[in-house]
Amino acid sequence: MFGLANPQRFMAFTRPLVPLLWAAAGVLLALGAWFSFTAPEDYQQGDTVRIMFVHVPAATLGLGAYAALGVSSFFALVFRHALADAAARAAALPGAAFTLLALITGSLWGKPMWGTWWVWDARLTSVFILFLFYLGYMALRAAIDDEARAARSAAVLGLVGLINLPIVRFSVDWWNTLHQRASLIRADGPSIDGAFLPALLTMMAAYGALFLALWITGIRTEVDRRRVVAARARAAAGA
Amino acid sequence: MSALTQLIRREITGAWQGGGGPLMACGFLACAAVLPPLASDAGPGALVEAALPITWLALALASLLSLERLFERDLDDGSLDLLSLGPAPLEAVVLIKALAHFLANGAPLALAAPVCAVSLGAPAGAAPMILLAALIAGLGFTLTGTLGAALALGARRGGLLIAVTVLPLLIPPLIFGAAATAQAAGGGDFGPALILLIAYTLFALALTPLAGAAAVRAAQG
Repeated sequence: MFGLANPQRFMAFTRPLVPLLWAAAGVLLALGAWFSFTAPEDYQQGDTVRIMFVHVPAATLGLGAYAALGVSSFFALVFRHALADAAARAAALPGAAFTLLALITGSLWGKPMWGTWWVWDARLTSVFILFLFYLGYMALRAAIDDEARAARSAAVLGLVGLINLPIVRFSVDWWNTLHQRASLIRADGPSIDGAFLPALLTMMAAYGALFLALWITGIRTEVDRRRVVAARARAAAGA
Repeated sequence: MSALTQLIRREITGAWQGGGGPLMACGFLACAAVLPPLASDAGPGALVEAALPITWLALALASLLSLERLFERDLDDGSLDLLSLGPAPLEAVVLIKALAHFLANGAPLALAAPVCAVSLGAPAGAAPMILLAALIAGLGFTLTGTLGAALALGARRGGLLIAVTVLPLLIPPLIFGAAATAQAAGGGDFGPALILLIAYTLFALALTPLAGAAAVRAAQG
């Protein structure tokens, strides 16, 4: 893992990986879409059960991207890896997009099922706060002109957000929750009907591949951008 | 040690002078508390229900006041560089700045909070609990806000940025504080919420000096 912290080696390692990840994401998304539309209707929810195939992976990835952002921030702050900072930066926008997608699809599902677009329920509120954390992180990053300073300040905020997220989670859990409990990963096996598993699992894999593709492409773009900036600075110094 | 006491004295006088003092904060609290009754055309009964939430909202917003000036002025005139070179570690400087801000801003707000809540219709019996919870939560607000102010150093539009980054972090103390006072007002058991509120504030007390000092060092470059 630390071997890949060298940007040169990282770029060489990920160059063949990026098209593979994009292809995997595309194939899995197409397959997942096929499974999603051929899955039977739920006896209670009818066609709206298909929203779950977008909603659950998006919410999972929204959380997972914040974990990636926080851990990258930790490495950027403690070990001063420039690549870790690029990784934290590249995780923010896709993570925010996934979280927003989870909020929107959840609200679309909530209208016919719960009879309301939005309730201030524990799960919904904590996901919304996660979205606010992303916004704060990106706002801080964008507001400081000096890149090195912006990177370090944003890393501290990302790390604090990572610690604070479970606290937010438990504090909002104090309210009664309308959102259903976890049904996929449980000690006694999935409680979800087997007919929906292929679609859900394929979509999970598709979203995972899509996030990895977006993330690694983002990191590579950031490394390239820094090289261009450095080359320009050298050219200007030489001229 | 004398360097630390000097610093405490300097920070407290700095926080009280120049319009940053308790009068301004309490004035803001009063303004924020008077707007919801005017904006709502519901009867007085609905206002009683909302008395505690309005108080907590006003407290959280008021705690953001003058955070922008906490480090910015010292960074601009170079005293922050002197402080970081001085005998006291930067962590202690950050903590002292936070405590001075609490004394000038958070503590007076906590004193005004029961008045605000009771005048909006909360039961008078809950006033001691509101004072206690507002004191503890105010310290947590200030410590978290200090971290936000340190992070926003050198940023454009610092004040707005502090609000956007700090308010999501203030959600746990807001929930616990509001729960404790609501329980006290309803005659319920306020213990668990109060203990969690204290836990949050202690957590912020441990984290803010370290993370704040790291952020200040980042801003100094």
